[in-house]
Amino acid sequence: MTSELDIFVGNTTLIDEDVYRLWLDGYSVSDAVALRVRSGILEQTGATAAVLQSDTMDHYRTFNMLERLLHAPPKLLHQLIFQIPPSRQALLIERYYAFDEAFVREVLGKKLSKGTKKDLDDISTKTSITLKSCRRQFDNFKRVFKVVEEMRGSLVDNIQQHFLLSDRLARDYAAIVFFANNRFETGKKKLQYLSFGDFAFCAELMIQNWTLGAVGEAPTDPDSHVDDMDMDLDKEFLQDLKELKVLVADKDLLDLHKSLVCTALRGKLGVFSEMETNFKNLSRGLVNVAAKLTHNKDVRDLFVDLVEKFVEPCRSDHWPLNDVRLFLNQYSASVHSLDGFRHQALWDRYMGTLRGCLLRLYHD
Amino acid sequence: MPGKLKVKIVAGRHLPVMDRASDLTDAFVEVKFGNTTFKTDVYLKSLNPQWNSEWFKFEVDDEDLQDEPLQITVLDHDTYSANDAIGKVYIDIDPLLYSEAATVISGWFPIYDTIHGIRGEINVVVKVDLFNDLNRFRQSSCGVKFFCTTSIPKCYRAVIIHGFVEELVVNEDPEYQWIDRIRTPRASNEARQRLISLMSGELQRKIGLKVLEMRGNAVVGYLQCFDLEGESGLVVRAIGTACTLDKLSSPAAFLPACNSPSKEMKEIPFNEDPNPNTHSSGPSTPLKNQTYSFSPSKSYSRQSSSSDTDLSLTPKTGMGSGSAGKEGGPFKALLRQQTQSALEQRGGSPHRFCRRREFPFFTLTAFPPGFLVHVGGVVSARSVKLLDRIHNPAFVGIMGNTRSYKLLDWNSFNSDEPETRDAWWAEIRQEIKSHAKALGCHAVVGYSESTSICEEVCILSASGTAAVLNPRFLQDGTVEGCLEQRLDENLPTCCGFCHIPYDELNMPFPAHLTYCYNCRKQKVPDVLFTTIDLPTDATVIGKGCLIQARLCRLKKKAQAEANATAISNLLPFMEYEVHTQLMNKLKLKGMNALFGLRIQITVGENMLMGLASATGVYLAALPTPGGIQIAGKTPNDGSYEQHISHMQKKINDTIAKNKELYEINPPEISEEIIGSPIPEPRQRSRLLRSQSESSDEVTELDLSHGKKDAFVLEIDDTDAMEDVHSLLTDVPPPSGFYSCNTEIMPGINNWTSEIQMFTSVRVIRLSSLNLTNQALNKNFNDLCENLLKSLYFKLRSMIPCCLCHVNFTVSLPEDELIQVTVTAVAITFDKNQALQTTKTHVEKSLQRASTDNEELLQFPLELCSDSLPSHPFPPAKEHLESASSNSGIPAAQRATSVDYSSFADRCSSWIELIKLKAQTIRRGSIKTTVTVEKASPMAEGNFRSRSAPPCANSTVGVVKMTPLSFIPGAKITKYLGIINMFFIRETTSLREEGGVSGFLHAFIAEVFAIVRAHVAALGGNAVVSYIMKQCVFMENPNKNQAQCLINVSGDAVVFVRESDLEVVSTQQPTATCQPSCTGEVTT
Repeated sequence: MTSELDIFVGNTTLIDEDVYRLWLDGYSVSDAVALRVRSGILEQTGATAAVLQSDTMDHYRTFNMLERLLHAPPKLLHQLIFQIPPSRQALLIERYYAFDEAFVREVLGKKLSKGTKKDLDDISTKTSITLKSCRRQFDNFKRVFKVVEEMRGSLVDNIQQHFLLSDRLARDYAAIVFFANNRFETGKKKLQYLSFGDFAFCAELMIQNWTLGAVGEAPTDPDSHVDDMDMDLDKEFLQDLKELKVLVADKDLLDLHKSLVCTALRGKLGVFSEMETNFKNLSRGLVNVAAKLTHNKDVRDLFVDLVEKFVEPCRSDHWPLNDVRLFLNQYSASVHSLDGFRHQALWDRYMGTLRGCLLRLYHD
Repeated sequence: MPGKLKVKIVAGRHLPVMDRASDLTDAFVEVKFGNTTFKTDVYLKSLNPQWNSEWFKFEVDDEDLQDEPLQITVLDHDTYSANDAIGKVYIDIDPLLYSEAATVISGWFPIYDTIHGIRGEINVVVKVDLFNDLNRFRQSSCGVKFFCTTSIPKCYRAVIIHGFVEELVVNEDPEYQWIDRIRTPRASNEARQRLISLMSGELQRKIGLKVLEMRGNAVVGYLQCFDLEGESGLVVRAIGTACTLDKLSSPAAFLPACNSPSKEMKEIPFNEDPNPNTHSSGPSTPLKNQTYSFSPSKSYSRQSSSSDTDLSLTPKTGMGSGSAGKEGGPFKALLRQQTQSALEQRGGSPHRFCRRREFPFFTLTAFPPGFLVHVGGVVSARSVKLLDRIHNPAFVGIMGNTRSYKLLDWNSFNSDEPETRDAWWAEIRQEIKSHAKALGCHAVVGYSESTSICEEVCILSASGTAAVLNPRFLQDGTVEGCLEQRLDENLPTCCGFCHIPYDELNMPFPAHLTYCYNCRKQKVPDVLFTTIDLPTDATVIGKGCLIQARLCRLKKKAQAEANATAISNLLPFMEYEVHTQLMNKLKLKGMNALFGLRIQITVGENMLMGLASATGVYLAALPTPGGIQIAGKTPNDGSYEQHISHMQKKINDTIAKNKELYEINPPEISEEIIGSPIPEPRQRSRLLRSQSESSDEVTELDLSHGKKDAFVLEIDDTDAMEDVHSLLTDVPPPSGFYSCNTEIMPGINNWTSEIQMFTSVRVIRLSSLNLTNQALNKNFNDLCENLLKSLYFKLRSMIPCCLCHVNFTVSLPEDELIQVTVTAVAITFDKNQALQTTKTHVEKSLQRASTDNEELLQFPLELCSDSLPSHPFPPAKEHLESASSNSGIPAAQRATSVDYSSFADRCSSWIELIKLKAQTIRRGSIKTTVTVEKASPMAEGNFRSRSAPPCANSTVGVVKMTPLSFIPGAKITKYLGIINMFFIRETTSLREEGGVSGFLHAFIAEVFAIVRAHVAALGGNAVVSYIMKQCVFMENPNKNQAQCLINVSGDAVVFVRESDLEVVSTQQPTATCQPSCTGEVTT
């Protein structure tokens, strides 16, 4: 006796969260059954392995049919074939678009192209995430990227509207899309200590402050700056950043800046002497990063540079995080007292974001 | 020109890409009715076209309106080649033809293609303007309402129940009309779908005409079936019960159903019993009366012939004796006479008179109280026929004309062939009628007909329950007035239907009779088998359970007559064994009655399959069933005897366990109960009461009838051994689960509103090597058991729940394939009640509730916050208070509802947010609904809040589907019309669609979707009495092909949550709920 056909169709589509997870994780039916057996479900329910096999097959079939709709979540809401309560629809979408930290760290900042897709094999081996799951996650990134790429308006809003993701997840996707678009390098060894959350945090700050959409001039002239308002860095702004060079090129200005910072922080910093000796190096580092951002290549290396020029020197001197915060606050604020420096607004736009990023990046 | 049909094509969405180059589609729509076709403009380059067409108007006869479906075809425009069809939508206009139903059909319909399945959706608006029909000789029957529901529909009142209507139409099957490869599969499938749609329209119209002639206005229990006879054609036949129904206008007229909707029927003023004394009747037999007729008909040469066999299924025992029988005799005769005359009186013309007297059948399975006086037992008849090709010279010519099959008017052209089928059925019905007569009954209720076809052999089956009916319901409208006046005369007693209708001294079959355990006045049989639902007023002890008998018999492959003869010879043995199995299993469960019995015999090339399903219950009025005694044939062997006694012990243990499981603790005086717990105080008092009431007759009681001999199983060979083993292999459902094949589960009344209807299909391939009957039986048994196990596993999140209306269908699509299709509905029930009776269940589900998924979060809340189990419902005062003002929630309840809403918010708040952004309309307010529900006097409201809040913001309206005639926790306010659909799906890329399972899974999901869409377009939100009548699956894996035909039907309805209704009277619901909910669990 062999089973030729075995199906179960409910008027309300049954969704088993555990099986869904196994499916998303890319397990084959037999692996999923084995994992479910190990979870002790048979003892709990008194079912047999055959029942479990049939149940898993059913769910897998349902998920495979749903996958097409999950590629365009609004379709899932309007389709008539599967009657699914909205809370379950939300769960299906949310879980489908969820990604693994280990995976996203591998592809963050990479071009979402066929070439990268070919590397998924290696990523799968490296992260021990199944290839199937890697493909799904990669395709999700790419799909979201493609849809919002050409859209005007807020990146997060666009993602949320077209993929019905939760706010949290939509922000993460905005970061992924932003990183992919600007091709920030995140894979270097010295960046390995950074989590996706660190990058996502920086991405959000940069989207808010450094892109075209951030300037808020769109309403007056809607057609001139429409493209990729949230995805591309503001070219003009990057160009202007060159002006900041004066802060380190002009020796008087640099000395004045240093003395202002030192005066303000004397006695407040545990690592005052280290700061004092390193001030010029650090300042040079931060200003040079800004000045280089006109070149795409240097934009990509932004995080490498920040870690190299700031995070690592401070870390080697064992600055506590609080001291870093005090220093950065004072360092950016003191510029306002430099009479010879005319680009205060530019400096704030640059340093405000950079300060946030650096504080986030500064950990072990 | 009595009607104008108006159609508007609004828009399409999610269309498939038809032009690979542009990834877009240039869609337009053809709207066709009869021979008239309109077209919309081509909407260029869009997958979401907005046609917004003018109103297309068709001026048509109402006859056509009834017969023809509206055909909407979506096409892709192609300048250079033929336009490609995207798919079709068939819309049945019928619901628009009677005044109380839908007024407009408007909504999104899935565009269906027989090769590709659903391909996008189209928004259509359909209206009908009907003119008054002055033609006396009209052929149409507009205005006759059809219901699949096999009871009086909830918002109607039966004025008269006229009786049986039947009709059939025959046609050549277009599938067999064209030689392969001349026509594409799509064209052939569409021709078939259209023809069947047309035939069922015609059939419905003709039945409607018969109803009008009987002066009725509705058909209840309408069952339409297709016989795909292959080469010999296509038969569409239907049976139903003609009624005159009155719409109950005032919403107060029906009570909130208190989860046991049939209670509503008490409102229908038919509960008088004209002859309270005539309940007395003679001694009874519990047997089913079964006769096998293998139609030795002379008129058709190719039919199988074998002589009629009458088979008594019970070993002959001494005839019971009793004095009450004589006393009851004359009364019974009187009643019988009345019934007979009532049945004969109805109708005007002598022609009608004949027809109806011939078949006093009722397709209903549930009745207004008082309608059913006595039940005799199951009557069934089967007949084996050879199908012959329908040859009709006029036919071929017409079929060549693809444009209209309507020209086939069987009355004028060729009345021969349908007459053949008619004659076949008439023969069977005649037999059923005579069986009923033998049981002293004049009517057959719960009547149904079915066929099983394999190649050219066809088994026709009919079965029902012989019954004596209250003649008052059957009479003509003249008595109607006085009927209503005598509304509150004495109600029938709750045991009346169990009393034997036949004469004790002249019993058709020998049987054990005892005095009724309820009234102690009349005789009852020891076991009662019926095809109907459990009458609402019946007193049941404990809960019921699904009982199945499964059987296979190998048969030699043979041709024509030889084949038919072989089948005919096997049938009696099959029926006998099925019956024995049922009886054994019933006794093993410690129960004494079967309801909803359905025996299906399926014929295949090399085997016959029998599957009987029924719901076993313990009727308080019937005696306690004796145990099962095993007797060995070779008593001298010591080890053998040991084995036997071991088996005996196992059986006794099982019976004891089952009694505990199903809470069967009858207040018994007899000795047979093993480990019976102390009866509930309530029952005890009832018993005392009934004894004192009949104190003068106590002396007469012959209790020896109660101590029946135990049922003896003789083990004389391995076969019998197998049988006993198989008896014990049936595993009871896991804790928290119940199952039954009737509408509602006896013993459970506290349904909550979460329902899940499902269809499950399994096909197994038998290993062809050395197939024996035993191996076959085991395979079949395992198949069914595993299927049930799978269902329990899948639905475990709904615990505590009950699978209701479990409907198994077996077919044998090929030599070594067995296909089992199950449709049922899982309904959750409130375990506060279970707490009262079985603590273990509650404890278990409590544990589950805390560990299980978030949806069950509510359970603990409820248990701690709601009133104590002994008072499952908060006082009416609170209800009134909180329902009348949204904010006036009692403090304790507010706390729980707040908890819940925050949970609801948590899971759906952000999706709501998004939708608001996307400017979708959100209906209703979650919090208000929840609080009102919480305050509802019925605990079921709590459960529905689980599903309700998410539904509230769904963009696609939720349509519930259920095989039951009601929706728990809700009231049906309107019947919108019958849904009757036939689908064909075919694929030539089976592997690519996920194999046979993937193909069928998708198809069934699509069928559900299309049904839901049509209901939603009618303005409904549920389908009740849903049934999948046919699911014919054929595959050819070598060619990578498969085909499936599905036929479904049901009633589209609008329902309103009880808690959403304005509370008309709080007294009424509490007054009726309390006894039924708290009382019936224990009784």
